[in-house]
Amino acid sequence: MSLSTLFKRGALGLAAAAAIVAAVPAHAQSNVLRVVPHSNLAVLDPIWTTAYMSRNHGYMIYDTLFGTDEKGQIKPQMVDTWTISPDNRLYTFKLRKGLLWHDGTPVTGEDVIASIGRWGKRDAMGSALMQFVSRMDSPAPDTFRIFLGEACGFVLEALGKPGSSVPFMMPKRVADTDPFKQIEDYTGSGPYVFKRDEFKPGDKAVYTKFDKYVPRSEPPSGTTGGKRVFVDRVEWNLALRDAQAQLAALQKGEVDIIEALGFDFYEAAKKDTSIQIPTYSNIGLQYMARFNHLHKPFDNPKVRQAVIAAFAQEPFLRAQVGVKELYKPCYSMFYCNTPYGSTAGSELQSKGGMRKAQELLKASGYDGTPIVVMKPTDLASIQKLPDVAAQLLRQAGFKVDLQAMDWQTLVGRRAKKDAPDKGGWHMFLTAWTAHDIWSPISNPTMDTRGEKSVWFGWATDDKLPALRDQFMRATDEPTKKKLADAIHTRAFEIGTHVAIGEYQQPMAARKNISGFFIHNGNIYWNLKKD
Amino acid sequence: MLAFLGRRLLATIPVLLIVSVLVFLLLRLTPGDPAAILAGDQATTEQIAQIRENLGLNRSIPAQYLIWLGHMLQGDLGQSFYYKTEVVTLIGQRIEPTLSLALITIVVAVLVSVPLGVLAAWRHGGWLDRGLMAFSVLGFSIPVFVLAYLLIWLLSMRLGWLPVQGYVRLSNGVGPWLYQLLLPSITLSVIYIALIARVTRAAVLETLGEDYIRTARAKGLPEAKVLLRHALANAAVPIITVIGIGIALLIGGVVVTESVYAIPGLGRLTVDAVLARDFPTIQGIILFFSFVYVLVNLLVDLSYVFFDPRIRY
Repeated sequence: MSLSTLFKRGALGLAAAAAIVAAVPAHAQSNVLRVVPHSNLAVLDPIWTTAYMSRNHGYMIYDTLFGTDEKGQIKPQMVDTWTISPDNRLYTFKLRKGLLWHDGTPVTGEDVIASIGRWGKRDAMGSALMQFVSRMDSPAPDTFRIFLGEACGFVLEALGKPGSSVPFMMPKRVADTDPFKQIEDYTGSGPYVFKRDEFKPGDKAVYTKFDKYVPRSEPPSGTTGGKRVFVDRVEWNLALRDAQAQLAALQKGEVDIIEALGFDFYEAAKKDTSIQIPTYSNIGLQYMARFNHLHKPFDNPKVRQAVIAAFAQEPFLRAQVGVKELYKPCYSMFYCNTPYGSTAGSELQSKGGMRKAQELLKASGYDGTPIVVMKPTDLASIQKLPDVAAQLLRQAGFKVDLQAMDWQTLVGRRAKKDAPDKGGWHMFLTAWTAHDIWSPISNPTMDTRGEKSVWFGWATDDKLPALRDQFMRATDEPTKKKLADAIHTRAFEIGTHVAIGEYQQPMAARKNISGFFIHNGNIYWNLKKD
Repeated sequence: MLAFLGRRLLATIPVLLIVSVLVFLLLRLTPGDPAAILAGDQATTEQIAQIRENLGLNRSIPAQYLIWLGHMLQGDLGQSFYYKTEVVTLIGQRIEPTLSLALITIVVAVLVSVPLGVLAAWRHGGWLDRGLMAFSVLGFSIPVFVLAYLLIWLLSMRLGWLPVQGYVRLSNGVGPWLYQLLLPSITLSVIYIALIARVTRAAVLETLGEDYIRTARAKGLPEAKVLLRHALANAAVPIITVIGIGIALLIGGVVVTESVYAIPGLGRLTVDAVLARDFPTIQGIILFFSFVYVLVNLLVDLSYVFFDPRIRY
C-alpha cells in the first residue's frame, strides 16, 4: 500500500464519519422548556434545607396556602376563604375545591396541619409562629383551624412567605417525616410532577405538567394567582454550569432560559437578536457585610459604626455588578420598596463618608487588631465585594487580613465562634434575596440574642428582641410599620451589619418564550414556547 | 505470566489502602463543613449542628475511617452526603459519559497523532516535521478551557456543525452519541495528539536509523511497508506506554472538559463532590480512579509481550 493510497483511505473514512454525524436528526423539543438553573439541585426536601434551588424545586411540585404578589401583598393560593375571630386568636381556613395530590387523592386539612407542623420546626419564621399557636385542627376535610394562645399579626405573612423555607404543603404521610430527616416521597399538589425516575443528580431534573391541577382564576403575580402550565415538560440542565457555555448554548437554541445570566455576559446577551432579557422581578437581592460581634474589635459598636460610615454602596456595586441599570444604592436593611422598606436611622451610612469613619474609628479605641475578611474566590456573584471592603477598611484606618478561600470553606468557617486568630473570622460578605430580609421577623440579622442568634455573627442587643416581639404581636399595619422603623433605627445604632446595595439578577431567554411575569424568583408556570 | 499477573493484582491492595488513608485524612484536614453546605446559606447554627450529628461527623477521625473501611471491604462505598444516593450508584451513572469521552478522545488522538508522528519522522527536518513540533508546543501550551471556547465559537456558533453542550447516552444511538461527543473529544485530544505525536516521532526516528530498516529498503519494500511494518512496529513499546498513561490520565483528567461541555461524567461529579465536601463521594471516586490507573498500567505492561516478543514475564 503506497502512502497516497493511505491518505485516500483516511480521507474516505473521515468523510464517512462526517456523513454519519450529519445524518443525526435534530431533537424535537418543541414543548419542552429547557432551563439552566442558577445552581445544582442536591437536596429535594425544601423544608429540610434553606437552599434556594430546593425552594425552586418546591415551587414546581408543591403548592402553598398563601402567596406573596408582586406588590408584596399576601394573597390566598390553596386557601379559598378564611375568617379571623374578633380577638385575632382563631383563624379558620377553607381549602379550594379540586385540590389533588399527584397520586390523585384530595388535599385535606389534616395534610395541611402536618405540613405546617413540620415547617414550623425548621423555619425561623415558622418557629416564631409556633410560639403563638396553641393547637391546630381540621373539623372537616376541606377546613383547618389555627388556634393562637396569644394574638399575633403575622400568621398569613408566615404562611405566604416566598423566601427560603417556604411552607409547602405535603401529604400527611410525607409531612409526618422527622423534620431533621429528608423526605423520600416527592408527592405534591403543585402544577408540575417531579419525575423521580429521570432525576440524575448533577445532570438533570425533569418535571411534567400535572394535568389535574386546577389553577386559580386570577392572573399570576408573584407566587400568587393562576399557575397555568403551557408546556409538557420542564427540564433543568444541572450539568451546564460554565457561564460562557451557557450563553453559547442559549444563542444556539440548545437551551431556552438561563436563570442567572452572569453580569459579564449581560451586554452580549442584550445585543443578540434571538435573546431577550425578561423582566421577572421588581425587587431583587441585597449585598451585605456581616460582622462577628463576638470578638474584638467588632464587639464594640463604635467600631462597627465606623465601618458603616466607611461602606459607601456605590464602590461595591460598581465593582461587583458593573452594569448601571442592574444596581441601585439603598440604605434599607429591609430592602427598599417593600412593605417595611424603612431607611430610618440610616444617615450614618447614607451621609457618613470616609472622614466620618476615620473620626469614629479614632474615637472608638480600636487597637489595631487586623480584621479577618473572608473572600470566596469561586463565587462570581460576590467575589469582588471583599476586595472593595478591604480597601475601604484600610482607608478608614483598619488593618486588614484578607483571606482567600472557596465558598464552601467560608460557609464552614463562618459557623465557627472561635477567635479570628484561631480559625474564626471578623467579616464576610454575602447576598440575600429581598424576600428573606424584608420582614423584621424573617430577617435573620435582626436576631440579636448573642450566641443564641439564628444566624452567624451573633449580634447582641436587648432592645431589638423586645421591639421584634412587639412587632410579632402587632395586628394592624400602621403599628407594624412604626415598629419596623424603630427596629431599623436600632439596627443601625448597634450596627448589626452593613447593607451595601441592591441589584437585579438578570435572566436570559430565547425570544420564542413568552408569558414572563413579575414573580421575584425562579418560577416556571405561565410560560409558553412558540 | 500468570504469576506476574497475580503479583501485580496483589500489589494493588496495599496501593489502594494507602490511597484510602491519605484521601480520608486529607479530606478531614481540609477546611469546610459538609453539614453547613447541606443546610443551605440561610441555615441556623443549630440546624448545621443537627446535620453534622446525623452525618456522624462528630465521631473521631479514626472511628470514622474504620467504619468507612469496614463498609468498603464489603463493597459498600457509602452514601453521598450531598445527593443522598449510594456512591456506587453515582459512579455507575457517571462512568459511561467519562469512558465515552475518553474512548473517542484517545481514538481521535491515536488516529491523528501516530500517522503524523510517523510522517514527521519520515520527513525529518521538513515542513511537516517542523509544523508538528510547532503544533506540539501549541497543544501543550493552550489551556483546555481556552481551546474549548475557541472551538465552540468556531464549530458551533460560526459554522453550526456541532452542539455546544450536553451528552446523549449510547443507548440513544451511535450517531447522536458520537455527534454530541465530537467537539469535547476534539478539544481534549489536542494535548494527547501533541504528546503521542512527539513520542511517536522520536521512537520512529530512532528505529529509522537501524540496520534492518536499511535492509528492508534495500530489499525494495514499498516505503509505506517499511514505515508501518518495520519502523512503527519496532517503535510500538514507548508509544503504547504513552497511550496507556494517556488513557489513565484521561479517566481522571476530564474535569475541565466535562464542565465546559456539560457532560455529566466522573470529572463533573468530582468537582461537585469537592465543592460540597461530599466526603464519601470523593473517597469513592479517588479509589476508583486509583484502581483504573493501576489496571491500565498493568494492561500496558501485559501488552508489551504482544508488541515485543523479547519481553517475558
